[in-house]
Amino acid sequence: MIYFDNSATTKPYKEVIDSFMKVTTEYFGNPSSLHRMGGEAEKLLNIARKQVAELLEVRPSELIFTSGGTESNNLAVKGAALMHRNRGKHIVTTVIEHASIKETFHQLEELGFHVTYLPVDREGRVQVKDVEQALSGDTILVSVMHVNNEVGTIQPIEKIGNLLKNYPKILFHVDNIQGIGKVPLNLQTSSIDLCSFSAHKFHGLKGTGFLYVRDGVKISPLLTGGDQERKHRSGTENVAGIVALAKALRLTLENEKKLLTRLQQVKETIVHGISELEEVIIHTPAQGSAPHIINFSIKGFKAEVFVHALGEKDIFVSTTSACSSKKQSASSTLMAMGVNEQIAKSAIRISLSYDNTTEEALFVVKAIKEMVNQLKEVMN
Amino acid sequence: MNYDRILIRYGEISTKGRNRHKFVEKLKKSIQLAISDFPNAKVQGQRERMYIVLNGENGDEIIERIRGIFGIQSFSPAVKTTKDIEEMKSAALTLFREVYKEEKSFKITAKRADKTYELDTNELNQEFGAHLLKNIPNLRVDVKNPDIDLRVEVRPEATYLSCENIQGAGGLPIGSSGKAMLMLSGGIDSPVAGYLSMKRGLEVEAVHFFSPPFTSERSKQKVIELTEKLAKANGGYFTLHIVPFTAIQQAIQKQIPENYTMTTTRRMMLKITDHLRAKHDGLAIVTGESLGQVASQTLESMYAINDVTSTPILRPLVMMDKTDIINMAKEIDTHDISIQPYEDCCTVFVPASPKTKPKKDKVEYYESFFDFEPLIQKAVQNTETIRISPQEKAEIEELF
Repeated sequence: MIYFDNSATTKPYKEVIDSFMKVTTEYFGNPSSLHRMGGEAEKLLNIARKQVAELLEVRPSELIFTSGGTESNNLAVKGAALMHRNRGKHIVTTVIEHASIKETFHQLEELGFHVTYLPVDREGRVQVKDVEQALSGDTILVSVMHVNNEVGTIQPIEKIGNLLKNYPKILFHVDNIQGIGKVPLNLQTSSIDLCSFSAHKFHGLKGTGFLYVRDGVKISPLLTGGDQERKHRSGTENVAGIVALAKALRLTLENEKKLLTRLQQVKETIVHGISELEEVIIHTPAQGSAPHIINFSIKGFKAEVFVHALGEKDIFVSTTSACSSKKQSASSTLMAMGVNEQIAKSAIRISLSYDNTTEEALFVVKAIKEMVNQLKEVMN
Repeated sequence: MNYDRILIRYGEISTKGRNRHKFVEKLKKSIQLAISDFPNAKVQGQRERMYIVLNGENGDEIIERIRGIFGIQSFSPAVKTTKDIEEMKSAALTLFREVYKEEKSFKITAKRADKTYELDTNELNQEFGAHLLKNIPNLRVDVKNPDIDLRVEVRPEATYLSCENIQGAGGLPIGSSGKAMLMLSGGIDSPVAGYLSMKRGLEVEAVHFFSPPFTSERSKQKVIELTEKLAKANGGYFTLHIVPFTAIQQAIQKQIPENYTMTTTRRMMLKITDHLRAKHDGLAIVTGESLGQVASQTLESMYAINDVTSTPILRPLVMMDKTDIINMAKEIDTHDISIQPYEDCCTVFVPASPKTKPKKDKVEYYESFFDFEPLIQKAVQNTETIRISPQEKAEIEELF
């Protein structure tokens, strides 16, 4: 089995599952309970929060644990917009965001906010000058993803952060769900106010994630109730999931240090290999893209057919982002990059993790080549 | 830097005359405890220096472990060579090249502990300085404020070379001053008092009074967390005695007039602590009292409370301001644990207006109507002893 769909989700590390099992069986107390079991659970929660904070070089008080990426993005965008709606009604994002941002902005639009959707260039990158032009006295929030989940383009987050330093009224949110552990991002130097993360993208478990909220930044909660997470996110804490998240983050960042070069080699092997086919068009830019995402089209082939054909060989890749792949429409990121609709409809995404090897890459390249030749015969 | 040993310098120990041997042994034990999970590393103690010979273990991690150990004045990652001058010079050059960066200045600090060595300190300085200048282009000498200070220590058995001098935690090795019981409440002050006592060479065991169900498991947990922080200075080991105090507190509530309950409570605590001290071979009691801070810490209170024992009571914080104590608690990482809002046995039964100037005669008179002794004996007998150790902590750490 070759799993090349790590932007959809990753395989949880064994050590991560071990931690989850141990905590959920032995430390199942509610951290808010007064008794010893509550105390033990709360202690684990505190250690986890401290560890995540240290790994990201932020303060423990700046982290809110959530149920994952979608909730983190919703909490950041709605929380900021609703909290500061009296300061202004204009919010800014890009046309290539994940659905959990895009749809949240649509919802806010219905509630009376004005939204600017920034365009991207042919490489899928937003321009800092476009951000600057979009800003007005009414702007309260800018949200830009760090690494695009479909093509892997890295956005100029630090430059946008520097620009926004001159606008103290505007909060800056970054969706770093695809970037963490793959492309370094310093939350401080990039002047980020809010940043979203999801554990199952870095070998943690589904249903866990967190939002970084810089000290001093106020947001409205989405979930109200027992005032957990310093009132930002009520609901009994998923202690076992959060401990597992802390471990997964540590292991992933350790792997980033050790194996980033190898990951880049795996990516290059695939890019190089499939480029030899004349039918292949690579959408992921050669420069300024994440080391784990390759998006390409094979002219004249339906992406779906290809995904299924590879699936039969136990090779798992994806059409577009997993969340929109069932809609069968062309990738909106590719369309925004100016890719022709027919070509966009045949786009395939390979996304890697530190577990993948060059051998796997060579095997998949060979499989793709064989398949193109076979299918070509059938279709002609 | 590619070093094969860590050279450790003693502070005050080296002035301790004939007791020096004992101090060195205690320090050696502290270090061995702190690095016990690096089985190949060997600690060699000598009269004036100690060496940790790495034998392939990770030196940078060992350095982190020994930073907080009391009794170390300073230490340096070092390389051992023979006393052959050519070999010394070539080892010095290799070592120097590892830390040298363009534009950096240097000096040589030679020491000749072996007075029979053919070159004296000045000649050694010149010999090594010239060798480096000859081999590294654009190298600058700066004897006043060098970026790199290459130390050359010629000792009877060998020569040691080092480029870095790292400040140690100071103080005296834990255990070298004897053993004492620390009255640990869970507040801000007592952990700081414990830390300072350990720094002055005391082996400390903590005593905590626990009054279930009036005080919660969480407050006990808090005290365990505090001792875990103190354990850091002791290789991860610490002993904590939890005294069941409910029965005595209830008796006090019944027997003693309200404005004297606090005074009697403290007297009983001190009596019990003194029993535990005798049982565990201690010679003193440490408290976090600071003069005038609360009703129990006025001079009159101290006089009335202290009267139950002639054992020395050490009060490291007695003349310190609260703000200074708070800063220290932050430094040793106990502050945030201490401020967690759980009731302890001192806050549960607090009278509305405790006597700030209790009279010894009066408190003795009030206590004379009831025999507390059996309750005290029972509390001592039923005291639970918790031993904090790195092994226990490892189980939690494994989860992360």
